[in-house]
Amino acid sequence: MPAPPTVAIVDYGSGNLRSAAKAFERAAREAGRAVTVEVTGEPERVRRAERVVLPGVGAFGDCRAGLAALPGMTATLEEVAIGAGRPFLGICVGMQLMASVGREHGDHPGFGWIPGEVTALSPADPMLKVPHMGWNDLTVLDAGHPVLAGLADGADVYFVHSYRMVPADPAHILATADYGGPVPAVVGRDNLIGTQFHPEKSQAAGLRLISNFLEWRP
Amino acid sequence: MLKMRIIPCLDVKDGRVVKGVNFVDLVDAGDPVEQAQLYDAAGADELCFLDITASHEDRAILYDAVRRTAEHAFIPLTVGGGVRQVEDIRRLLLAGADKVSINTAAVQRPDFVREAAEKFGTQCIVVAVDAKQVEPGKWEVFTHGGRKATGIDAVGWCRRMAVLGAGEILLTSMDRDGTGDGFDIGLTRAVADAVPVPVIASGGVGTLDHLVEGIRDGHATGVLAASIFHFGTFSVAEAKRRMADAGIPMRGLE
Repeated sequence: MPAPPTVAIVDYGSGNLRSAAKAFERAAREAGRAVTVEVTGEPERVRRAERVVLPGVGAFGDCRAGLAALPGMTATLEEVAIGAGRPFLGICVGMQLMASVGREHGDHPGFGWIPGEVTALSPADPMLKVPHMGWNDLTVLDAGHPVLAGLADGADVYFVHSYRMVPADPAHILATADYGGPVPAVVGRDNLIGTQFHPEKSQAAGLRLISNFLEWRP
Repeated sequence: MLKMRIIPCLDVKDGRVVKGVNFVDLVDAGDPVEQAQLYDAAGADELCFLDITASHEDRAILYDAVRRTAEHAFIPLTVGGGVRQVEDIRRLLLAGADKVSINTAAVQRPDFVREAAEKFGTQCIVVAVDAKQVEPGKWEVFTHGGRKATGIDAVGWCRRMAVLGAGEILLTSMDRDGTGDGFDIGLTRAVADAVPVPVIASGGVGTLDHLVEGIRDGHATGVLAASIFHFGTFSVAEAKRRMADAGIPMRGLE
C-alpha cells in the first residue's frame, strides 16, 4: 500500500507551527482523508510533498530572510508551486510573500507569483486600530473556488496584520474583509491560494478551508 | 466588519486555574486545558493564560499546559506572567502561544519590548499594564501584581509601548480587579484614545453590561474577564448576546 500523501508545512523559524500542524491533522481527519502532515525545513521533503503550506508571521523582510537562510528552499518552492503546479497555500505573511514586492521597513522583493505589492494598512477612521486584530467576516468574490466551498458570505475568520496585499489584477482577489474599506483576505490564481487570516486559528470556518485545500485538485 | 472580542482569562498557578479577589484568596477552578476546550466550544474569541506565580516557580508545567492547550483549541492564545527575556518568549511561542504578554519586564527595561517585537513581530507582543488611579483623570503604572508603584503615568506609558512595538495593550485597573464593580472606564478610554493599537479592557467585570461599557464607553476592542465565566455566572453566549443587543459587532451569533 502506498504511503499517504504528504502536506509539507514549511518551517523557516517563523513562529510556532505545532498548532498549525494540529489544525491540518484535525481537518484531514474530519474530512476522512489520510494525509501525513509534515513540518519541515528541508527542501527535499518539500519537493516530495503533494501540497505545500507556507505560513509566516512577523515582518515581510524577516520572513524573506528566514527562507533565504534555508539553502535551496526558495528555489524549491518555486519548483513545486510554479514548475510542478502543486497546490500551494500561503498564510498571512506566507501569502504576502507571493506578491512582487513588500514595502514593510523598506522594499523587499517577493516571489512575484501574484503581481502586486504589500503596503501598510491605513484605515481613514482613527477608531480603527492597526494591527487589524480579531475576527472579521469574509465577502467571497469567487464563490465557485473549491477552497472557499462552504464559506458563505459572513463567515468570521481571525486576522492579525498591519500590512495588506494589493494584487495588480483584481481578479486575483478571491475574498475581502471590510476594515475601513475592502482588505484582500484571500488571493489566488491557478494552483496558488493565500489567506491573510489564520485558518488554523479560525475554528470551524478555518478547518473547513483547510480541509477544502487538502481536497483541492487545481 | 471587525468583531469585538471576548477573552476569558485563566489565571494559572502550578498548572491549575485560579482566580482571586484582588489577587488574594485564590480559589481552584479547574484544569487549564479542559477549560480552554470548553471556552473554544463556547465561542470565546481568544484565550488568555496568566501565570501568576511564574517568576518563582518551575515553568515546565506552564509550557506543558500551553502545549496541550494549543493542540486542542483552535483560537488564539495569549500567555503572560514572568516573561523576562527573549528566550521566555521563544519558548512560549514554540509551545504554541500565539501572543505573549510582557508586564514587569517592560517597566524594568522598555527596550525589551522593542527587541521582542523586532525578533518575533509586533503581532505577538502584548504589553500588559496594571494601573491605579492616583488623582482624578490620572493613573499610574504598578508592577508585581499591583504591589509596586513605579511613578510612571499610565497613558503616556501605553503610548510609548505602542511606539516600541506592542501590538496590543492589555490594560488592567488594579482598583477594580476582583471587585465586580466594572471596568475603570475613564482609564480604558484615556488609553484607547491615546494609542493606535488595540486595547483590551480588564479588571472589574461583574455583569454583562460591564462588558458592553468597556467597548462602547471605554473604546476597547476586546474585553477580558475571568470569574464571571469560570464560575458559571454567565456564559460566553449570554455575554455575546447582550453585547450584540447593545449594537456591538460580535462573532458567532445565530
